Order: sequence, then C-alpha cells, then structure tokens
Amino acid sequence: MNIAEDLLYTKKHEWVKIEGSRARIGITDYAQELLGDITFIELPKAGDTLEQFKPFSSVESVKAATDIFCPLSGEVLLVNEVLSSSPELLNSSPYIDGWVVVVEIKNQSEKDNLMDTAAYKSYLEEVSG
Amino acid sequence: MDLKNTPISNIHKELGAKMAPFGGFLMPIQYQGIIAEHNWTRSSCSLFDICHMGEFIIQGDYLRSGLDKIVTVNLKEMPIQSCRYGFMLNPRGGVIDDLIVYRVEQEEWMIVINAATVGKDEENIKKNLSWDSHFKNISSNIAKLDLQGPLSLDVLKSAAGETITKLCYYTFDDFMIEGEEYLISRTGYTGELGYEIYAAASRAESLWKVFLEDKRVKPAGLGSRDILRLEMGYPLYGHELNEEITPLEASLMRFVEMDKDFIGKDALIKQKKRVLSKRLVALIADGRRSPREGYKIFSSDREVGYVTSGSFSPSLGSGIALGYINPEYSRVGLEVIIKSNNIQIEAKIVKRPIYAEGTFNKEVSREYS
Repeated sequence: MNIAEDLLYTKKHEWVKIEGSRARIGITDYAQELLGDITFIELPKAGDTLEQFKPFSSVESVKAATDIFCPLSGEVLLVNEVLSSSPELLNSSPYIDGWVVVVEIKNQSEKDNLMDTAAYKSYLEEVSG
Repeated sequence: MDLKNTPISNIHKELGAKMAPFGGFLMPIQYQGIIAEHNWTRSSCSLFDICHMGEFIIQGDYLRSGLDKIVTVNLKEMPIQSCRYGFMLNPRGGVIDDLIVYRVEQEEWMIVINAATVGKDEENIKKNLSWDSHFKNISSNIAKLDLQGPLSLDVLKSAAGETITKLCYYTFDDFMIEGEEYLISRTGYTGELGYEIYAAASRAESLWKVFLEDKRVKPAGLGSRDILRLEMGYPLYGHELNEEITPLEASLMRFVEMDKDFIGKDALIKQKKRVLSKRLVALIADGRRSPREGYKIFSSDREVGYVTSGSFSPSLGSGIALGYINPEYSRVGLEVIIKSNNIQIEAKIVKRPIYAEGTFNKEVSREYS
C-alpha cells in the first residue's frame, strides 16, 4: 500500500496536497485498490463551490460506483479533464497523474479535520484489520 | 450460510485472487484485474474455475424417461457427443434454469446447470422422471475448468494432442491429458473460441497446473466472465432469467423446440397469442458510465423498462446493459434514457451480441482430416 508523504487525508480515502492557498485533491492508493478497475468519473466544473466532506464527484469501477467527498471547502480552479477519457489514471497514478481537482481554499482551519500521513497509516491499519 | 470451496480454492488464494461468494461457493472474482483478464480472454486464452456449476447424469430413453418433457432442447435430433443449450420450465413457462444437455450415449445424458439452482433442478427432474430411469447428481465429484480465448485450441493441442481439432462447435469427446482421460466440449459463455473440461474433482488441481504452465494461459475470475457474457448478450440466471420470466420474453425462443411436448409449452403457446408485457433488449450507453441492475429505462418521459445487468464494456469503451422493456419500445436503434436518482445515461437499443467480434463459432475443424 502506497501512502504518500506530506499529504493530508480523509476517512473516506481522499488526499489533499496544500499548495499555498490552493489544494490539489485526489483519491488514495487504498481507495483505488478497493475499487478495482476504474472506468468512469463524473467531474465537477471550474467555478463550482465545494464543501468539506460533501460529495463532489462520483467514480465507477467495473464492480461498483461510489462518491468522492471533498476534503476542504473552496472554489474549483482546475479540473483534471484527462480523467474523462482515461479514468484508469486513478488506478495507475492516484497521487500524481490521477489528481481530480484543484480548489481555492476557503477556510484554512478546516485542515485540522484531516489526518496527516502517520495518522492515515494508523487509520488504514484499523479499518483494514 | 456456509460457503463451499472448489477443489482449487487453495491455488486461488496462492495466486492472490480476490474471492467472493457466488452460488453458494467462495469463488475467485479476479486475479490481476477484471479488465486485464477480459482483454486477455479476447486476445489470448484464459483459464476459469467453473467447478461451482452442477452436473447431473440421466440414463434412459429420451421419451420414456420423461426427460424430453423436462427440457426444451430437441433431444431426438441430438447426435451422440453433441450438446445443446436450452431451459427447464415450470408449467407457467417460467425458467427454472438454463442448462446445457450433453448426449453421452444413445440413452445417457449429462445436464450442466447453474450452481445456485442445483437443489431445485434436482427436485424438478426427479419429480418428472419415470421410475425406471436413472438419475445421479455428480456435482460434488466433478470439476469443470474452462479454457476460453482465440488461442485455446493451440493450448489444448499442446496438452491433449492434434485430435482436439476435430471438435466442432457444441460437440464433445474424451481426450487424454498427461495420461488421464477427460471429457472436453467446445462450448463456453464468453463469445470466444473455447473449451470446457470436465474432470474428477481429485484431478482438478493437477489439471489447472498443467494449463497454467503454458505461458499463453492466465487465470481469470468470474468478474471478467460476467463482462464477457454481457458483451455477448448472454443471459445470467437470477438476472435476465427467473421463474417469472419466459423464454419468449427473454427473446430466446430459438432454444425452445416447439415441435415436441414439454412442461410449460401450453403457457408459451397462450403467451404467444397475447401481447407481451416485456421483452429483453441489449443497450449501449453513449459514454463510459455503466447502467446498473435496477436502473430504470425511459423513452421521452415515460418509464418503459428496467436494467437486469450492466457494466463497462472494455471491448467497446462504453457502458452496456441488458434489460426488460415494454415491447412497443423494443425496436433496435431506439434511443432511451437510463436513470437512477440523479444519474442519467443516454443509451440506444442494439442487436445482440453487443460485441460481435468474438471467435466462438470460428470454423477450426476444417483443417483436420
């Protein structure tokens, strides 16, 4: 299981990379492994307003469909449109090429509701037994 | 409920397969990935553990035993060493199970059925079979391995010898592999050239290993098998077929021999005279999103049907489905909307098979003389 350093994580297995006032968001290696082959993602649009821990995208694998929840509130600045035609990047490169959106962070204090790498690692040990 | 294991369960675990319950068994769903296994089956050769399926042996004359009335297959016309797909119906014409009948001898038949229905199938056959015919449920003694894919013949030639080439589509015979005899039929449910190998349960593990030693072969799970069969538009019992659905509604009457008597025939004749309430159709979505079982089908704003199976098709790069629809709306080419909560998928009714490039009935036997 690959858990990237210097990221923040949610209990629903999304990651956030803070870049100044911006946050790059994606799903974790654990999440993509659990989903299996990802075949479709419904993306938000630039300008959409997202709220912390509310669903903002849905992702489908050959086996199932699930929502992605937003780790931080903010306005969508960039969307990884490549995922529309190549959703498999979420499987092959969840932390780099498979990023989903970049948002302008609305409230920096919401970071306190997220886990750092060590806390996420312990959390995964807990949930995956 | 306690799940049963197949004779190869330990190997699946060693290979790192993801296992899940299916038909009362713990079955391998995938090894390296469903799409990779699907693509390998369409381009090379995959090995499937299908030991969960049931097998019955019935001995007796096809008419006197009552077997002819139990199945919709034309038993009279079946040569020895041939097999046919068909159904066992209830008196209402509903499908108790879909099955394949093998004519082993003039008066000996093997029937291959679904795992989840073995109990009720056995009950139905015993209830309708004559007292002097012989029935045996051999499901727990028999293992079944499927080799499917365009290279399956080459793989089997290496294992069983050149004579395997003589097998035409939907025929079978006994062949030797490493000094042991196996019944092998040229059948399958993937749309590719393929073979189903029946072995004593005790031989399953060694036979599995023989095939996997061939580098053209990779193991594949039930996840990819489900997509392969869906791309072909083949029904899956419990999804497209059940005791409330008739072969007429499932658009599968070509597997029902109407020139003989069988249980459910009267109901089908009556149903033919009425307007059907639903008919099975195949659908291709406009994009990659998959219709799923239970999603509703709309034409304009009118609800006209429902999805019974749906998935992403790796061969076509789009969502595909099978579903029941009001026959007024079952026209090929009709554009519909498939909905569930806030999901809307534009789709079109298409002919079956949805994927038409399969090699399943490729004429390979001509080269054998």
